Amino acid sequence: MKRSDLQAMARRELERQQAVRCRLLCCASTPCLSSGAATVQQALEQAVTDNKLDAEVAVVSTGCMGPCSRGPMVTVQVAGQEDIYYENVTPESAQRIVVEHVMANQPVAEKIMPSDLPFFAKQHKIVLANSGLIDPERLEDYVARDGYSALAHALREMTPEEVCAEISKSGLRGRGGAGYPTGLKWDLVRKAPGEKKYVIANGDEGDPGAYMDRTLMESDPHRLLEGMAIAGYAVGADQGFLYVRGEYPIAAKRLEKAIRTAERRGLLGSRVLESSFSFRIDIRIGAGAFVCGEETALMASIMGRRGQPTPRPPYPAQSGLWECPTLINNVETFGNIVPIIAHGADWFASVGTAKSKGSKIFALAGKVDTTGLIEVPMGITLREVIYDIGGGVGEGHTFKAAQTGGPSGGCIPAEHLDTPMDYESLRALGAIMGSGGLIVMDNASCMPDVAKFFMEFCTDESCGKCVPCRVGTVQMHRILERITNGSATAADLQILEELCTMVQETSLCGLGQSAPNPVLSTLRFYREEYEAHIQRRECPAGVCKMTEAPTLALMEALPRRIRELGTIPMSLA
Amino acid sequence: MVESRTRSAASPDLPHPSGDPRFALIDRTLKRFRFQQDALIEVLHTAQEAFGFLEEDLLIYVARQLKLPLSWVYGVATFYHFFSLQPQGEHNCIVCMGTACYVKRAAEIVAALQTAYGIEAGQTTPDGMLSITAARCLGSCGLAPVLIVDGQVLARETPETAIAAVQLAIEASAAAGNGRSSQLDDSYDEEGDL
Repeated sequence: MKRSDLQAMARRELERQQAVRCRLLCCASTPCLSSGAATVQQALEQAVTDNKLDAEVAVVSTGCMGPCSRGPMVTVQVAGQEDIYYENVTPESAQRIVVEHVMANQPVAEKIMPSDLPFFAKQHKIVLANSGLIDPERLEDYVARDGYSALAHALREMTPEEVCAEISKSGLRGRGGAGYPTGLKWDLVRKAPGEKKYVIANGDEGDPGAYMDRTLMESDPHRLLEGMAIAGYAVGADQGFLYVRGEYPIAAKRLEKAIRTAERRGLLGSRVLESSFSFRIDIRIGAGAFVCGEETALMASIMGRRGQPTPRPPYPAQSGLWECPTLINNVETFGNIVPIIAHGADWFASVGTAKSKGSKIFALAGKVDTTGLIEVPMGITLREVIYDIGGGVGEGHTFKAAQTGGPSGGCIPAEHLDTPMDYESLRALGAIMGSGGLIVMDNASCMPDVAKFFMEFCTDESCGKCVPCRVGTVQMHRILERITNGSATAADLQILEELCTMVQETSLCGLGQSAPNPVLSTLRFYREEYEAHIQRRECPAGVCKMTEAPTLALMEALPRRIRELGTIPMSLA
Repeated sequence: MVESRTRSAASPDLPHPSGDPRFALIDRTLKRFRFQQDALIEVLHTAQEAFGFLEEDLLIYVARQLKLPLSWVYGVATFYHFFSLQPQGEHNCIVCMGTACYVKRAAEIVAALQTAYGIEAGQTTPDGMLSITAARCLGSCGLAPVLIVDGQVLARETPETAIAAVQLAIEASAAAGNGRSSQLDDSYDEEGDL
């Protein structure tokens, strides 16, 4: 396939789409499917057939539209009119949409989700621009929206140096959490000596509460493949690996299909777009280990070994997969490449803040009115995200904390709601941008209990290679257990803080180094809750059961009791 | 790690003596990856899909075919949560314990299931009917708390509805005779079971 064939394909597809009067887009991503989107789509198709509308109405299954808690979602596109979103669609209302909206032009008012809601208005879609509008299983849909033209442009009109320079100029930073400048990393791999180089897309989204990567892989797989191919061209790699989390079978299936289609059409594989550049992509399915999100552990897993990290340096850019220079970026980072090449670095850099450019996808969940997947410009405040986009915490509840970054992140309290969401501001608060999980908690959440939840996670997920993480997380978890069951003492709190510093400073990889973050940030902003648990043995949120007695206090009281009684109490003898 | 990445093309490639046709599936994956030792995780995925769990005999077979020490294979199989060395129950109930679900009280659902069926999360009932698993995050945070009963995702659950859903699944298969026979097919056939 040549560039001209690509343009012809786009033209044909656009003509095909414009031939129908109306398109019914039906979300087929995991959350909507769980709410019954498949039956809704069947009902739509049935209604279209029953009313003999096959020639003028198309029913299309698409990727995620965003407001997951309001699913199943259906979008109605009528030529010459604004798109209309329907929420909580049932098979019955699907029938009504066809009969009343499509045929009689009378939209079903009670199911409409107004498109001027802040939920839509405050978002800025760069990575998710196609999500919810195209059928992820059809290459033509993607090509019709200028798909693979960025790759064609890069291959024909840019040198690898220029591609790296463009990415550097855009100010794009790694979306996996740490925020390392992407262009810099690409340039390191490009300059690294070596015949064989690799590109890896990290789709091992292990953070509980985060599903941005899954949505991107499910909703727009070709954009990810195109981004990886551009990266391969820029750094001089001819092999890519897509590491997909084992819990995401739909994503793996759609990516597999996308790779096969792209290879058949000459958009991947040998001689991409009839150039001298070749690039193959293989999928590797994860087997359930949080630590594999760490780059060296992930590479071990791709090589069929236990996912245990290795010390850096050497960084993967010098010595990665099979000791070859390897570029490893998060899936969302690759999702940003196509728009940067297509629209230019300056366009991308005009969005966001001085140091954090572009947009970020967050998975908004927890105690907010509308949960779902949102893409917002960097620098938006937490208040806008929670109260405008999310619609607030609901009547009768009080906002308590927003948790970002999962088990590596921290809790942000109400007084910092006006903090701009960018890498530096969040780090200053002891939280991190992380991969983008954003969980809102209200007064029903107990902070030491939340810290215990994350510590239990880290204890379980520690790979066991280095001692500070393997032993330290267990000890911290025990102390938190004591705090939440009422048997902790003031000394425990002190030891907990010491352990936090020790584990943070001495662990081998990011998992251990960031494991104390949830404890440290809750200690920083909600210390009085810890103290209430220890001193008064009460849980202000009413979550912890406080069933045990303070052990150390008993030991202190014992000699006094013995003096009083003149003998050892029978119960202890 | 171990000697070389790729084994020579003339690998022994002996079929398993039991003649169990499911070994053919493993052999296919082995061939697809040209017996590369790096493909261990892929091979174990196939093995678990075919057999439902990784029994010792299976690990020995995989180790032989890839010329890897058994300890290496065992180490990898036990490292990852996805691989199970114990047989799973006929029905399974996965409770999401991700942050969003936790904030919405998923722990109470696990506790209720544990009390109702007398097993801990990660265990199978003695009669082999039900396995309860606590998952890290199923990525359906907008629908928290989430439960997967026999492949069907259930949203916004409470302890009561969770037990009802599990009970329904168990009773439905009991009524239909002997439940599902093969574990090869991982797609959940709703109509067949209800």
